[in-house]
Amino acid sequence: MNKEMSLGAVVNELRDGMTIGFGGWGPRRKPMALVREILRSDLKDLTVVAYGGPEIGMLCAAGKVKRAIYGFVSLDFIPIEPFFKKTRQEGVVEVNELDEGLLLLGLQAAGHRIPFIPTRVGLGSDVMSYNPNFKTVKSPYEDGETLLAMPAIKLDVALIHVSQADRLGNTLTDGPDPLFDGLMARAADRCFVSTEKLVDRLEYTDRNQAKNNLFERSLVKGVVHAPLGAHPTATHYDYGWDAEHLKEYGTFAAEENGWQKYFDKYVAGSEDGYIERVGGADRVRSLPHPVL
Amino acid sequence: MTTATEFTLAELLVVACAEAWRDSEEWLVTGIGPLPRLAAGLAKLTFAPQILMTDGECMLIEEPIPLGPRGDYQPKFSGWMPYSRVFDTVWSGKRHAMVTPVQVDRYAQGNIAALGGDFRKPKTQLLGVRGFPGNSISHRNSMFLPSHTKRTFIEGEVDVVASVGFNEKRWPEGTKPIMPDIGIVVTNLCVMDFKGPNNSARVISLHPGVTFEEVQAETGFPLIAIDNLSTTPAPTEEQLAIIRKLDPHNIRATILKGNPPGVRA
Repeated sequence: MNKEMSLGAVVNELRDGMTIGFGGWGPRRKPMALVREILRSDLKDLTVVAYGGPEIGMLCAAGKVKRAIYGFVSLDFIPIEPFFKKTRQEGVVEVNELDEGLLLLGLQAAGHRIPFIPTRVGLGSDVMSYNPNFKTVKSPYEDGETLLAMPAIKLDVALIHVSQADRLGNTLTDGPDPLFDGLMARAADRCFVSTEKLVDRLEYTDRNQAKNNLFERSLVKGVVHAPLGAHPTATHYDYGWDAEHLKEYGTFAAEENGWQKYFDKYVAGSEDGYIERVGGADRVRSLPHPVL
Repeated sequence: MTTATEFTLAELLVVACAEAWRDSEEWLVTGIGPLPRLAAGLAKLTFAPQILMTDGECMLIEEPIPLGPRGDYQPKFSGWMPYSRVFDTVWSGKRHAMVTPVQVDRYAQGNIAALGGDFRKPKTQLLGVRGFPGNSISHRNSMFLPSHTKRTFIEGEVDVVASVGFNEKRWPEGTKPIMPDIGIVVTNLCVMDFKGPNNSARVISLHPGVTFEEVQAETGFPLIAIDNLSTTPAPTEEQLAIIRKLDPHNIRATILKGNPPGVRA
């Protein structure tokens, strides 16, 4: 069993109109090498689902997105993702803006193969007004409480970046917070990962290290070796997010034809030269994790 | 406890915000933004050692972490609070956050999501609703607004209801509204709450040199003054010393325009 694939082979598995979920959170652990490969492709009309960072801004800017389903789209130190902001203010992408916790529940429902999860979250807020598909459900018990029936968010594909993987599809994700990568993997029909390190087999004698496995290899259909593949987002503990690059990216959002300029400068061509174009591997590896 | 004679408005606000957590349960406290975070640290180091706090990311700490670059300072972790556990805590109700909405209305509804009448094409995209809907319906929230004007405390309803207020019209027909738990609302002019008749807004203290009439003039909806309306207490020297230790780079001086003194000249 060998699940190793190339970036291009993963993107060849994607189709127009698919619903694709992305692991990570804001500028943390985004599968950006895979995202750039999508940006180089002809794919279109995607529904994208994320605790969003630059992947959502870029895919929206490139016209790949029909609908975005998100808890937020942020670069943290730049609170509103600049290309996402532009896209929203132009009104060109349909959105389901969710409370962060509702996204969690929707993914969980999908992973557990149930149609919805009842919750109070969203009631009384404009989440109900701007997601007109949402319905409520009455508790069948004595309390009779009316709750939002948060519908399952089923993904065709999840794309996730990990610290280490083996060719069987086992993965380890380092860092202080596992985030919701496991929920993304479980909500998807198929999950593809990009990884900092790829080995034939993960064989740890340290149980604590092996606990960094967030989802079973049976969920993983393909593994791509993509060192520094989360750039410009962070991968604990390999490198922090690239604030300088993200600031420059943000300035493009204010320019006429800015997305095309960013694309031509950094994304066009192949992923092989990308790390050199953003300053080289040594520079990226030395990017510090931010102090919050 | 010696009352300080010289202090900035930002320092007064930190002390006022900290009061949100006096007599707090053993809850997770999240002060979002520099002044609320300093306030939470101040509360924990003085009258509320029981509150739970994080390092600003996902580790629990018992010693509040100073703002900004840390030099040799090493955070000491006592536990773990990844985002999944934050949601568990939010939904359990055992949390009290202090948040900064861009707009607040008479119902205590808050907006951080977007400005403009058309949500599909907002005039200004802000943060999105983020965790506000769930937070506001699940646990207590206090607010900190550094600029008290009719643009922040607006006359009509907020453009996007991100955090739930006392507005029964927002609830589906036939359902029983869940009323939010609003703590205190600290602004650059005063401290307020929403504990007036029918959950209306009240001014509960005025910062030194501010009048009720001025606060009302800067607010888009009617306010009530509580009986015996007092002046917001000045920091003590002990409190100022703790604030300086928690904010060694004086980030608090950058929050309010011109870093005004605590007592108006």
